[in-house]
Amino acid sequence: MAGDPTASDTPWLDTDAEPMVRVRGVTKKFGDDIIAVNNIDLDIYKGELFCLLGGSGCGKTTLLRMLAGFETPTAGTILIDGADMSTVPPYERPTNMMFQSYALFPHMSVEKNIAFGLKQDKMPGDEIDHKVHEILKLVELQDYKKRKPQQLSGGQRQRVALARALVKEPKLLLLDEPLGALDKKLREQTQFELANIQEQVGITFVVVTHDQEEAMTLSSRIAVMDAGELAQIGTPTEIYEFPESRFVADFIGSANILEGRITENSPDHVRVDTNLGEIYIDHGQSVKENSRVWIAIRPEKIKLSKTAPRKGKSTTNQAEGKVDDIGYLGNTSIYKVRLNDGLIVDVTAPNQVRPKSRSHQITWEDTVYLSWDPSSAMLLQK
Amino acid sequence: MYGKRSTFLSVMLAFGLAFFYIPMILLVIYSFNYSKLVPVWGGWSLRWYEVLFQSEEVWNAVALSLKIALVNATFATILGTLAGLAMVRFGRFKGRTLFGGMLVAPLVMPEVITGLSLLVLFITLKQLIGWPAERGFTTITIAHITFSLAYVAVIVQARLTGMGQTLEEAALDLGAKPFKVLTAITLPRLAPGMISGWLLAFTLSLDDLVIASFVTGPGANTLPILIFSRIRLGLRPDINALATIIILFVAVCVALAALLMFYQQKRQELDQKIANQGDA
Repeated sequence: MAGDPTASDTPWLDTDAEPMVRVRGVTKKFGDDIIAVNNIDLDIYKGELFCLLGGSGCGKTTLLRMLAGFETPTAGTILIDGADMSTVPPYERPTNMMFQSYALFPHMSVEKNIAFGLKQDKMPGDEIDHKVHEILKLVELQDYKKRKPQQLSGGQRQRVALARALVKEPKLLLLDEPLGALDKKLREQTQFELANIQEQVGITFVVVTHDQEEAMTLSSRIAVMDAGELAQIGTPTEIYEFPESRFVADFIGSANILEGRITENSPDHVRVDTNLGEIYIDHGQSVKENSRVWIAIRPEKIKLSKTAPRKGKSTTNQAEGKVDDIGYLGNTSIYKVRLNDGLIVDVTAPNQVRPKSRSHQITWEDTVYLSWDPSSAMLLQK
Repeated sequence: MYGKRSTFLSVMLAFGLAFFYIPMILLVIYSFNYSKLVPVWGGWSLRWYEVLFQSEEVWNAVALSLKIALVNATFATILGTLAGLAMVRFGRFKGRTLFGGMLVAPLVMPEVITGLSLLVLFITLKQLIGWPAERGFTTITIAHITFSLAYVAVIVQARLTGMGQTLEEAALDLGAKPFKVLTAITLPRLAPGMISGWLLAFTLSLDDLVIASFVTGPGANTLPILIFSRIRLGLRPDINALATIIILFVAVCVALAALLMFYQQKRQELDQKIANQGDA
């Protein structure tokens, strides 16, 4: 498949493609009243790096554990590469898992940890040695094979855990918060390494994470989960730029969300009446006139200026307010702007020019003007 | 003020230590006493050690006690580990609460009751099936296993709970069948707990007087039974000698354990240092 450009970067759009994982109507209840996963349908295709993203308790880990076979679904079916998994125990599934705590065997060396899975398959010794050597090279730990896990740093342990799960060449690799235990700097670096390794080995990855930045960097597609249900599935761009609900708009990145009512609805534009005045959106959407909707605007899509922008096509949407608070992050600043009716809107602006003095151009209690492009506001119906 | 309190604490500490150790020191000193009467000092001598080493009765008791302790510790460890595994790893099986309660009951049951009930059991069994024909090694060992395994089960349970299940899941995930997981992952990880359990069962058995007295028969004297029966006839210097040897033995064991722990800690610190170099 590597040599075939059409079998493609977007297998989920190909209606004939057979998914690697097919989840149908899967529900998991703990006891009688805790529903961890509620009636989920999901297809994951070969070669994808698929992220399950959500806050704690949203059911993402439970779903992953059902794929691995540690939990049995209360209802529904899971097919992996076409085979029904309902009666297959974890040790016979074509999956391997990288655990959040890494779960390295403390009484075995790095080498033995990695060889453990191959030994269970009764693979001949020299073949095991060869595979262990190759995989250690891939994760750059050749010099550490005799060490015990407790003699490794966090980053090295993470790589051993990855190598141990990868070396069996599973059809599906499940990763539970693979970068969760690393510090920020190392995590950012490892994100790219992980994506590179996935590309090299071509194995389908399913990653569970609560970190939206991690999900955005890594994934081919993201499934956002909320309270045991799927909120939205899509590419990082789709999830960020075209959220389908207030939950997704707010969970991924941040958004100013306003309640409003449709006042004009034509094929090429929509007008919505909100507390911010009338908002003009330059694309049609199938909504009923007068129905209740929500508008989400990303803070970085709002322009901030000290002088009122001239009315033009790109500045139809405008508002005026006072700077209430500033969060200086170095590369960008977050401005909390209080509008005349008391509503607070978040705006982020890049600090593209180094300030001449130590004070900033826009500061507390300045009167500022907000404007945004007619395409920027996102219309949400739930 | 701090100085004052520290003086007070030192005095209390000295008092406490004296309370523990003066009797033992006295016992050791009197074991070297020539005189036949324990409280009367008759000069230094190894006489009672000679008497002790020539006494076949004492050596038989030591041998019997050790034999019982070894068999007991081994069986108690096996059974206790299985019970602990069942409690922690088998989920909520039917009757789990009852089983758990019955498992720890011997810990809180008065020894007299345990001893008496076992004696009744052995007598009844003998009448019904003719076994055990004679009370002695077998009956004492069985009695010891019944209460020692409760201690092992508690230790194993605690260790298993602390270990969590992730490593076992990882092994299953890598293709190991459940029995292989038990032998390759669970048992090696459980080994320290099992060793502590074994040692505890061994010590408890060596120490036990009450239960053994109930279930023993003619001619089968464990060391505690022997010592106690002799003391009843008055303090005897050869028993002091025996006690001194036991104290020496225990002291050596404790020192070895401390040394082992010291080296283990050193190794952990070293591992930590090696690990810290990793991300540099």
